[in-house]
This record gives sequence, C-alpha cells and structure tokens, in this order.
Amino acid sequence: MATHKPLDRRIIFLLIFLGVALPLIFTLGFKIETTENVEKAFNLIENTQSGSRVIISFDYDPASKPELHPMAKAVVEHAFRKKHKIIFTAFWPMGISMYEDILGQLASEFPDLKYGEDYVTLGYKTGGQVTMQKMGKNFRNVFPSDQLGTLVSELPIMDGIYNFDNISYVFTLSAGTPGIKEWVQIAHDAYGVKTSGGVTAVSAPAILPYVNDQEQLVGLLGGLKGAAEYELLIGSPGTATSGMDAQSIAHLIIIIFIVIGNINYYINKRKEI
Amino acid sequence: MERIGIWIGVFFTFCIFSFLYKDNPFYKVAEQVFVGLSAGYWFMYTVFSILKPNLYVPLTTDFRANWILIIPAILGFMMLVRLIPKIDWLSRFPISLMIGTTAGVSLIRFLQSDVINQLSATMINPFKGSGIIEIFGNFLLIIGTFTGVIYFYFSKKHEGVFGGIAKIGVIFLMISFGSAFGYTTMARISLLIGRLQFLLGDWLHIIAQ
Amino acid sequence: MKNKLPLLITFMAGIIVIVSDFIPHRPFGTISGTIEEWFLIISGFAIILGNLSLFKVNLNKIQFKMENWQYSIVTLFSFILMVVLGVLWGMETNAGFLGHGESISSFLGDKKPFDYLFDNVYQNLSATMFSLLAFFIASAAYRAFIGRTFESKLLVVSAILVMLGRTTLGTYLTGWLPNSLDFLHLPNIASFIMKYPNTAGQRAIMIGAGLGIIGSSIRIILGIERSYLGGN
Repeated sequence: MATHKPLDRRIIFLLIFLGVALPLIFTLGFKIETTENVEKAFNLIENTQSGSRVIISFDYDPASKPELHPMAKAVVEHAFRKKHKIIFTAFWPMGISMYEDILGQLASEFPDLKYGEDYVTLGYKTGGQVTMQKMGKNFRNVFPSDQLGTLVSELPIMDGIYNFDNISYVFTLSAGTPGIKEWVQIAHDAYGVKTSGGVTAVSAPAILPYVNDQEQLVGLLGGLKGAAEYELLIGSPGTATSGMDAQSIAHLIIIIFIVIGNINYYINKRKEI
Repeated sequence: MERIGIWIGVFFTFCIFSFLYKDNPFYKVAEQVFVGLSAGYWFMYTVFSILKPNLYVPLTTDFRANWILIIPAILGFMMLVRLIPKIDWLSRFPISLMIGTTAGVSLIRFLQSDVINQLSATMINPFKGSGIIEIFGNFLLIIGTFTGVIYFYFSKKHEGVFGGIAKIGVIFLMISFGSAFGYTTMARISLLIGRLQFLLGDWLHIIAQ
Repeated sequence: MKNKLPLLITFMAGIIVIVSDFIPHRPFGTISGTIEEWFLIISGFAIILGNLSLFKVNLNKIQFKMENWQYSIVTLFSFILMVVLGVLWGMETNAGFLGHGESISSFLGDKKPFDYLFDNVYQNLSATMFSLLAFFIASAAYRAFIGRTFESKLLVVSAILVMLGRTTLGTYLTGWLPNSLDFLHLPNIASFIMKYPNTAGQRAIMIGAGLGIIGSSIRIILGIERSYLGGN
C-alpha cells in the first residue's frame, strides 16, 4: 500500500539553514519581552550596592559560547556600571579565554577600571563541588594567587576575602558540571551567598526548581532568549538580540516539520486501517 | 594575520559542516585537531592554574609551612602510574581519596539542596497566589511534584490507587520533557545562529557585528 | 593492602567530610579542609593523566598501524603544537619560557600563538561541532515527534507552546490580545508551563536523582560499591 514518503533530510537541513541565515540578513525586528526570572537576576545586580565584591564564574567553553557569551557580556557590563568589584573565576579551563575576551570587549567602555582594585582574574580551578566547598572555608587556599601569579594578599580587591563572607553575590555562566548546580549547593545552600546565573537552554528546565521561594537561585537566564532579555534590560543590544528573529523563524520551521510529521503519521495510519 | 585567522576558522567550520553531507576525511581531520587542541589547552591550564600556584609555588617558596603538600604531590604521581600496568594498583589510593571525598560532599549537598530544600519549596500555601492562575499553578506544582515522586517509586507495583497517582505523575513528566525538548531546540538553533553570525558577519561582512 | 586500604581511605574521607559538616571544629574541620585542598591538587594530576592517556592511546594506534591510525598523527601533532606554543610564549596573561612573545604576538594581531590557535581553530571547531545538532534536532522533530498516545500528545503540545512562547514570534502572534486575555499570550503560557508543571516534573526528577546519589554515596563510603577500584 502506498504511504506518504518522509522528506529527504537534506531538504530539512537546507530549510533550517535558510531559516536561520535569512532573518540574520533581513531582520524582522520582532519585539522582545522580558520575563520574571531574568528580571529577578537583573534586580539582584541592580540593587547590590556599589563597591560590593562579587564573584562572576565562567563555567563554560566555546561549544556554548553563542548562548552564554552574550549574557556574560551583558552581566559583566551591568556589574561594572554598578561599580561592583568583580572577582572572575573559572571552573572550566576555557572559561579563562571566555572572560579575557569579555574584558577585551569592554575595555573601551570602562577605561578607568584598575586591575586588582576593580576586578581580578583568579583563573581556573578543577575539583568542582569539593573545591567550591573549600573556597567557603579558606578562599586563599584555593586561590593563593591570581592568574598572573600575584599573591591574593597583595590585591586590594581581595582585602578581607577569606571565605564567602564578604561576597555579595555569585553569578555563574554555566554550561554543565561543575557549574550552577554546584554553586547553588555550596555558595547559597551551604554558605548563604545570594546566587544567580545564566545557563544554556538545554539545562534551564532542570535548573528551574532552584528558583523558588527560598531563593536558592535568584532568577535565571536561560539560553539566547535570556541573554536577549538581559541586553534589553541594560539597554545594550548585542548578538543575542540580533539573533532573536532567526531563532523565531527556525522554531517556526521546526514546528511546521512536527505538524507535517504528525499529519503524515495519521494519513499513513488511516491507510493501514 | 587576523584576516588569515578568520579564513582558517572558516575552513574548519566547513570541514565540520561537511559531515551534514556525509562522513569524510576533512571532517575526521578537523575532529582530531579539535581533540588534540582541547587536550593541549587543558594540559597547559592545569599546569599553570593549578599545579603551579597550588603545589609548586608553595613548596618552593615556603617549604616549612607547606611541606604537607608533599602528600598530595605523591598521591598525584601515584595517580599517573595508572599508565604503567605493573604498578597501576598504586593509583587506587588517590582515586579512593577522591571518591570518598566526593561521596561525602555529595551526600550532604544533594540531601540539603536537592531533597530537603526541594521538599520545603513544594510545601507552600497554594492559596497565597495573587490571582486564580497563580493559585491554580501552585496546586499543579504541589500535585505534580508529589505524583512525580510517586512515579519514581518502583519498589511497589504501579496498580490500583498507587498506579493511578503514578499515572498523574507521568502527565507532569511528559509536560516537563516536552518543554525540555523545546528548550533543547532553542539551544541548538542558538549555536547555529552563532556560527552563521560568524560566517555572515566576521567573514563575509553581510551582517553587522 | 591493594584492596582493603583504598576502601578504608574512601570510608575515612567520606565520614570525615560528612562529620565536619555537622561539627566544623577541630579536628574534623581542619582534616576535612586539608582533604579538600589535596583533592584540588590530585584532580589536577587526574587531568594530566587524561592527557597522557590520550597520548598513549594515539601513540599505540600509530605504532601498531591500527584502523585510521593516520588521524592519530593529527591528534598528537595538535596536542604537541598547543603545548609547545603555550610553554614557549604562554597563554593570555601567563608568560612562557620565552616571555610574552611581543613581536610574534603583534604579527598575529595582538594574540599569542597559543591564543591565536585557540581563537581561530579550536573555537570554530567546537562551536560548529555542536551547531550540527541544530540540523539533526530538526530532522528528529520531523521523524520522531509524533503524538501517538495521550502522553506523547502532551509532550508535543508543551514543546510547541514553549518553542513559540520563548521566542519573539510568540510575542508577535498574540501581542494583540486584550489585557483580560493576557493569560493566553504565548510567552505567558510558556512561562506558566515552565514555572508550574515543568518545575513540578523536574523537581520530582531532582528529588529522585538526589535520593539516588545519596544512596550511591552511602554504598561507596561503606565499601559496598567498589567498582571504582577496577578489576581483581
């Protein structure tokens, strides 16, 4: 019996390619709306006093750069505008290259920032959850020096930082393990530091239970949409905002494929009967 | 050289994209370059960011205060002998220390964050919501969590009232999986957007960067 | 000694870490802190072990001319190249044996050779490798995302609503709705799904997985689970 033939997958590939490429070239300018979780994360940074010491941890690598880099840039930009003193850490080795890139991009916007006073790059540490727990007990055992080899005790930004006590919030950009889950478990749940973060869209649904009344997580940025919302909130549109049209059209194409796939299935089923 | 760098990036991008047609030597070479560079990167940063500041520098600058670090150093080298079959059993000692520590930390942290705190977060007054939709949502949250946990209890056969409750749990799990699929799609498309922003922007200058 | 001592070490380490959480004073607090510090260093060696293992496996492949051995040369070459460049001129702010290599860096557009390779080769390879999944997920959605049963229909519907609601298209499609029907606005529907039924389902999974991890941890600490010791 004749059945509806499935589409050649190369046609699907081509349509997805065009669905992403064309809206990047010919922008549609759909409006971006912010959501509660992104606003919560934004408010955490917005309402933290200037001069506060904060940790922004880069726990991702280039594989998730398109999603997490725009939000990292927006969050760091926001924190610098609010004059927070940022301690950059990385629990993924390539996080170092990621924050160095962000610092390079923001250098012209914040020319007066002084290394060691306004921000410091502490580099990469392995050990995930266990190492974070050690940071809560003795920060300087884990990070005896910064990335350049300067002793932490010689850096003004690190004055009085012996554990998480003088850290106002932790913000993690996380692509997996170790990452946001470990920061919630250690920084917030064990040491009571306000914690927020941005994650890849893949992991966002599983992390959402931490956004609750106990504020295990203060808000959450999920995927490129989360990044675009944050860019909107700080009034600095970037690559996430410009990618939103392409995201919409690609989703529409995939939904159409799902609908066609289902129609095919039901037509074939009816024929079999 | 910056422009050449972009062309190199474009070349490797197309090497990987060529897999969409079929597996081929260009893809395989690119894949191996990826593995090699990644390992090299990890190696360098492990040495410069961990072994140097946390082991070498303390031992060489103030041995008296830090002599105890010789123990993890020895354990570390014992880990490396795993590559020598005759004495690979020595690596069991550092591995057992790591496994024991991880198990201890995980036990406490998962109990607190993923079990107790999640149960507390579910024990809410459903009527505290500001509107009918929020109240309805709160009920869904409580019922969904409870029935979902029941579904994962496999020590009792899923039949009768218990089976009925588990079935309700499946409904919530299916909605979760559906939304997780939606988010996964979003993530994958974002990665392609990133690639095309590179090709159309950095390389071809068709779009603004 | 080969079996019993590692089990004892695991037991002691696990117990001390747990006890120190409840009694953070001496001696438990200090011992636990010391173990955690050692953990970081030993983990560093574990990464090096991974690197050396990769080296050994590929070397063996070349030596015994195993299938596709030619590609192993590429792996080893890339690995050695990255390490040599890092050792000679350093990476980012770290200096190498020859300093920061200012002249070669300025030739490469203010980038050290290590970073040049990372930015132009590795980043592109890594990002493209994972972007391939965009094509495959679209193909999978067409072939496998079929609402055959009630449960799978729920899955399909929630996926579609989230896909629409989490993009600007959703805002565009239902942005015209009056305030009284705001709950039907696609982004609001997506938010509702994510905040309530999704969170409920994911929380159930989280609790289940959490209990599983606790169970495994107890088995490991008590020496019931010992597969990490390998054979024999």
